[in-house]
Amino acid sequence: MNQTSAIIEIRDLSYAVGGRTIFDKFDMDVARGRVTAVMGPSGTGKTTLLRLITRQVRADSGSIRVAGAELGALTHAEIFALRRRMGMLFQNGALLTDLSVFENVAFPLREHTRLDERLIRNLVLTKLQAVGLRGAAELGTAELSGGMARRVALARAIVMDPEILIYDEPFVGLDPISKGVVLRLIRRLNDALGLTSILVSHDVHEIASVADAVFLLSGGKVVAHGTPQELQSFPSEVVKQFVGGLADGPVPFHYPAPDYYGQLLARDGAP
Amino acid sequence: MSDSLVRLGDIVGFLGRIMLQVPRALLRFQLIVDQVYNAGALSLVIVMLSGLFVGMVLGLQGFELLQRFGSEQALGTAAAIGLVKELGPVVTALLFAGRAGTALAAELGLMRATDQLSAMEMMAVDPIRRVVAPRFLGGVIAMPLLAAIFSMIGIYGAQLVGVQIMKVDAGSFWSQMRASVHLIDLNEGIVKSCVFGVACSLIAVYEGYHAAPTAEGVGAATTRTVVTSAVIVLFLDYLITAFFL
Repeated sequence: MNQTSAIIEIRDLSYAVGGRTIFDKFDMDVARGRVTAVMGPSGTGKTTLLRLITRQVRADSGSIRVAGAELGALTHAEIFALRRRMGMLFQNGALLTDLSVFENVAFPLREHTRLDERLIRNLVLTKLQAVGLRGAAELGTAELSGGMARRVALARAIVMDPEILIYDEPFVGLDPISKGVVLRLIRRLNDALGLTSILVSHDVHEIASVADAVFLLSGGKVVAHGTPQELQSFPSEVVKQFVGGLADGPVPFHYPAPDYYGQLLARDGAP
Repeated sequence: MSDSLVRLGDIVGFLGRIMLQVPRALLRFQLIVDQVYNAGALSLVIVMLSGLFVGMVLGLQGFELLQRFGSEQALGTAAAIGLVKELGPVVTALLFAGRAGTALAAELGLMRATDQLSAMEMMAVDPIRRVVAPRFLGGVIAMPLLAAIFSMIGIYGAQLVGVQIMKVDAGSFWSQMRASVHLIDLNEGIVKSCVFGVACSLIAVYEGYHAAPTAEGVGAATTRTVVTSAVIVLFLDYLITAFFL
């Protein structure tokens, strides 16, 4: 991958929590203007990676450069300034429950700008139109379905015209129609707004239809990367198990346990 | 014991973080007004009802006690001093912790559990400035006002029982109160209610903000809010009373 076209560059990233190593000398590049997917088994640290990229947590060692800025060297104010250039879609939408749909999308504008009310109204309605929910502007968050809430959160994430858009498990809990809507929006918004999109998911089929590049994580490292088509035929048992959805393989079916027959036949109290 | 001390230190540190954001939070005055409504206006019913019944009990007990010494005409003074200096601030603070404090803690805890606070940080909005500080200030403003209303309704309740039912002379009731209750007594009550307001609001927002993002975590945060607030209020009550004496 051409290094100069990478908007996020991660080198030798190491991060551990509670004695458990999540990332171990981890390297990754996210290409500018593309949809990059990060996949892996549950518990691999995909969401942790997002939190490291957005500096919600600090890496133990290594370098993360976002849009040319080294995250470890930024002050609090600089981190906040960088985050204004990013948008993030949380797994459950994370809408502010005391605000209406309109006010949720307007929230970043009200907090960061001094725009005229009419201009805010037009911007909000434009973004809601982009996600197909302009008619729902006056609804409360409790009246939205899961898919609608996620689309409102997406409108909110793009209202400040970010350069990078991050999706944390955007397909979880959605019906097929809603999934199709979100997929269409991810692709359209990325291309129409010239964004860089990072998608964390383990929905292999959905990723295959929308991602330009895929990184498969396992054991704190990248075990495979390439286009979705390249991953389908990647010569690795880990990749084959994940992509094929196989119940047993390098990631075992059985949680570590003592000998089965020995445990069944043991007397009470015997080990 | 050391865990409690560490937590107390954390709470005071959290107050420092909130105070740093107060000047900017004050610029969004409407947010604070909304929180004064949530913490104050929505607590009015319970505070007024409790004030009335506490005042009535004070009238009954006060009359019965003072009658033993032939001093039942001093009921007005006894009720007013008891309410303004002690019962008003303390009972209101306990009610506030139970009603508004738990609501604050639960609201913040749920915002934590549903990633709303993380989303705000991701949108480069400091949740302390936007969410915590207005709620803290709302509680701080509402508490003294609620305590004053409690005392006022309580005196009415004491009067209702003492004068209307027990037939204490109305003139004695009010004139002795005017003569014997001084500004220093009112000041003590005001200082107490302000300090309790800071303590209860701070504990509520701290517990909610730091709640574990699960159902159990939010439940534990609301329980701790009430228990910690009660203990701290009663302790501070002793300190302030001793200081004024």
